[in-house]
Amino acid sequence: MAPIWSDSDLKPAPFHYHRPSTIEEAIGILARHGSDAKPIAGGQSLGPMLNMRLARPAHVVDLNDLVELDYVRGAADWIEIGAMTRHHRVATAPEIARDFPLLAAAAATIGHYPIRQRGTLGGSLVHADPAAQLPLIAVLTNAVVLVRGPNGPREIAAAEFFQSVMTVSLASDELVTAVRFPRPPVATGWGFELFSRRRGDFAMVAVAAMLAPVGSSGVEALIALGGIGPKPLRLAPIAERLDAGSTSWAGRIASQMAALEIEDDKFIPAAFRRELASSLTEQALLAAAARMQRAHT
Amino acid sequence: MTERQMISLTVNGQVHEVAVEPRRLLSDVLRDDLGLTGTHVGCEHGVCGACTILIDDQPARSCLTYAVQMEGHEVTTIEAIGRDGLSPFQQAMHEEHGLQCGFCTPGIIMTFEAYLRDNPNPDEAEIRDVLSGNLCRCTGYQPIVAAVLKAAARQREERQ
Repeated sequence: MAPIWSDSDLKPAPFHYHRPSTIEEAIGILARHGSDAKPIAGGQSLGPMLNMRLARPAHVVDLNDLVELDYVRGAADWIEIGAMTRHHRVATAPEIARDFPLLAAAAATIGHYPIRQRGTLGGSLVHADPAAQLPLIAVLTNAVVLVRGPNGPREIAAAEFFQSVMTVSLASDELVTAVRFPRPPVATGWGFELFSRRRGDFAMVAVAAMLAPVGSSGVEALIALGGIGPKPLRLAPIAERLDAGSTSWAGRIASQMAALEIEDDKFIPAAFRRELASSLTEQALLAAAARMQRAHT
Repeated sequence: MTERQMISLTVNGQVHEVAVEPRRLLSDVLRDDLGLTGTHVGCEHGVCGACTILIDDQPARSCLTYAVQMEGHEVTTIEAIGRDGLSPFQQAMHEEHGLQCGFCTPGIIMTFEAYLRDNPNPDEAEIRDVLSGNLCRCTGYQPIVAAVLKAAARQREERQ
């Protein structure tokens, strides 16, 4: 009996494949095909969407030959990472581990080991899953997304870049080329916590926190949450005295948390997400405080 | 349907000329066009890890890769492992009973051949983190962890 399917019925819808060797060539192809074209970087998120036909671009533009976008570059005030830098490199590069360990730790939790060998920083940002790690860190630190299109380069602050669920402020003929993360102040403590039912799944809620010393007796807390709504969200910075008690902290965080609009769905009720958000925030801050103390002594 | 195009695909050191539609998954081309059926296909969206192969020596999901993308790259499949007798990790899997039905095994072997090469001294927590990317429905994880630990220890001894 002949099979009831043939290989042309299965998996991704047909597409034309382009393999540009320069950024300009890639942008030219995107400009020519507009919203019919989709760039593919590591393919670890777009691949499943193509396989399930949730995405059916007529043209797939492979960015994997743009090796000039695979780099980590430090400057006095920021660390710039190329869009085609794989998660594994972000998680293990010595200069990131030394100067921005929060980013390294967050990248090390993305998917699984083989996924991290392929998935890229730029791909993760443009995919913009509401619970994803790298968008969360970009929002926490107010990173700058470097973009290039037919009219040249532009810079977009992370807070404006992420618009909604899987929606970013990027034209169909623009490419993210790099992300510029502000260098965390010396002696910053950090914490990163996420909750998922299985290792490597997207988080239900993820929290990143940084505690930076201010003067000799103050501290500023930055807290960002992912998975609670359509895009990652940063709380207003909280300035406290170094010797402030936990009740003072708890009160100020709770009042901001209470004001958050938290997504509700039939699988994960808002009350559960809210509980995760507050307990993960507490854990992230405790970890950050311990690390800040260690940096001081 | 889009046009098939001729590509040259380097698999396990051998160059193959194949005609493929751009949308053909590497996993399907390996199995159906090249007859390399050791690469198993499970979920086909990157979760189960059964189709893990090496691209330029790093582990990757062949179900999330299109064969056309592999021109200029080197693909390694399970067929290249243990050609001259079992590799240290394969031997340890055998001794520790690290496989039951064997469906997930090729993906696990490919993942840890690369992982142990780059991480010769992993602890159990690190091994479990890496193993989380391979689903075994016989639930045989304990002996697999034991096999990785054993293979790592043997490889360290050999290197000394």
